[in-house]
Amino acid sequence: MAEPVIETRGLRKQFGGKVAVAELSLAVQPGEVFGFLGPNGAGKTTALKMLLGLIAPTAGTARVLGAPLGERRARARIGFLPEHFRFQDWLTGRELLQFHGRLFGLRGARLAVRIDELLARVDLLDAAHRRLGGYSKGMLQRIGLAQALLAGPALVFLDEPTSGLDPIGRLLVRDIIGELRRQGVAVFLNSHLLGEVEATCDRVVFLKQGRTVHELALAGPGAGASELTVELRVGPHDGGLLEALERFGPGPFEEDGLIRLTVGRDEALPELARWLVARGVALYEMRAQRKSLETWFLEVMGDDQRPG
Amino acid sequence: MTTSDRGETVRRLLTIVQLTLHEAMRRRVLLAALVCGAAFLVLYATGFHFVERDLRQNAAMPLLQRRLTLNLFVLAGLFAVNFLSVMTAVMLPVDTLSGEITSGVMQTLAAKPVRRAEILLGKWAAYLILVVGYLAVMAGGVLLVARALGRFTPPHVASGLPLMALECALLVTLSIAGGTRFSAVTNGVAVLGLHGLAFIGNWVEQIGTLVGNDAARSIGTVASLLMPSESLWQLAASRMQPALMRELHLTPFSPASVPSPAMVVWAAGYLVVALLLGLRQFQRRSL
Repeated sequence: MAEPVIETRGLRKQFGGKVAVAELSLAVQPGEVFGFLGPNGAGKTTALKMLLGLIAPTAGTARVLGAPLGERRARARIGFLPEHFRFQDWLTGRELLQFHGRLFGLRGARLAVRIDELLARVDLLDAAHRRLGGYSKGMLQRIGLAQALLAGPALVFLDEPTSGLDPIGRLLVRDIIGELRRQGVAVFLNSHLLGEVEATCDRVVFLKQGRTVHELALAGPGAGASELTVELRVGPHDGGLLEALERFGPGPFEEDGLIRLTVGRDEALPELARWLVARGVALYEMRAQRKSLETWFLEVMGDDQRPG
Repeated sequence: MTTSDRGETVRRLLTIVQLTLHEAMRRRVLLAALVCGAAFLVLYATGFHFVERDLRQNAAMPLLQRRLTLNLFVLAGLFAVNFLSVMTAVMLPVDTLSGEITSGVMQTLAAKPVRRAEILLGKWAAYLILVVGYLAVMAGGVLLVARALGRFTPPHVASGLPLMALECALLVTLSIAGGTRFSAVTNGVAVLGLHGLAFIGNWVEQIGTLVGNDAARSIGTVASLLMPSESLWQLAASRMQPALMRELHLTPFSPASVPSPAMVVWAAGYLVVALLLGLRQFQRRSL
């Protein structure tokens, strides 16, 4: 396997007596869309800022793109969209990209072409000559995204990228994340919009009170290994069926004409279907549903994280 | 560092300088400084015109007395320019770092492949250009008025004005270095307070010297060491007048106790140390 783009061991940040990040150990692979989940105040932004070299960790070690934290050469291949992106109000969208492009070492025709590409990609070509002061929240977020992608990064950090975006803007961000994944760019996504994360991420880590408490694969290898709830609608059957179904998973029960049970992995589904047919049971309907990210989130965070 | 690395560093530095200049030009604070400055120059020229006319019409007045009076008038003009430049030097860059850190602009900037030292030095250079430029325009205006209306230029302008520029550079440096740690308001109050201390310290020293009190004199010297800004003005003013005027302490700008030229070295060292401390603090700061 290629070297991870992010690898941290026991990363910790304390501001005075207050622990913002207690213990962060994680690895993000090249081309992976990685979701970093947690309630407000869990330490997500502090963790992200440590990975960007904006905040020095109190303890622990980390490598980003093979370099120690905050290394300038590594930053040349990193894009970053902060939460609530803002920049000098009096710059136009194009000037903003020119300025940041120059800081990335881009110049001349190459920069001009790249800027036009990105302006078109985030749908701001028409607003490129307008000042940022007149941009809506969503437009600012989109120009911020263009700014993060200027140098053709290998790793992109997005801190709540869809906050302030309307549904079309959200779709745009989701599409761009998909494109980045196809180009082999790793994306580190900080978010508490679970639907967004579910739709875009390959893997998520839950952060609770500054600690990583759970990891979950949403796509790719490992994603099929989590529990599924199965609903069956079958023809008349004898009383022994429910008992016999226990071989597939715990707790089969019948309610409103549907049999419900939980299976441990995707492969159990065709086996279950074959088994039912072989037993002579008439199978009218079979539905499998993975536990939603929201359910996971609430389970992992526990009741103490719920408001009220 | 290779040559191409150095080239890249210079290019990034210039990009920051350019953005900072661009920004400062757009802000009202520079406009306010320029409007006040222009109003001052108009007022000054008008006053100079009437004073000079009276001096010329008074046939009984010896030439020397006429020249000393004009010299006093020019020093008074430069004193006002000094005051305006000090305020501009402190207030113009007072929130450039702290403001951008609070608004989140700095986080986007510092995540780029740019050294924090380059950000700070780029801003510092830009504000230095602006404030020294402002001083040059204003002091140049005063000297031009004296030249055009009275055919008079005070002596040693070429060594006096650089001292005023050094004073401005010192205040710009303190204002930027302070911004790496303090909020804009705290920073402004602290730097102006320090300058006020030097200002009062200087008067204590002058009066102490006149009445022959060594303790008062020493207090002034200590204040000048703590903050050498006012001493640089005193030194500049004492240069830009004839020896006669200086020795006889004829005006408030002919101090009884002239700061030692070593104060220039002290002030330059002070500036460098303040800049290095600012760089170190900004390097370590959580953004």
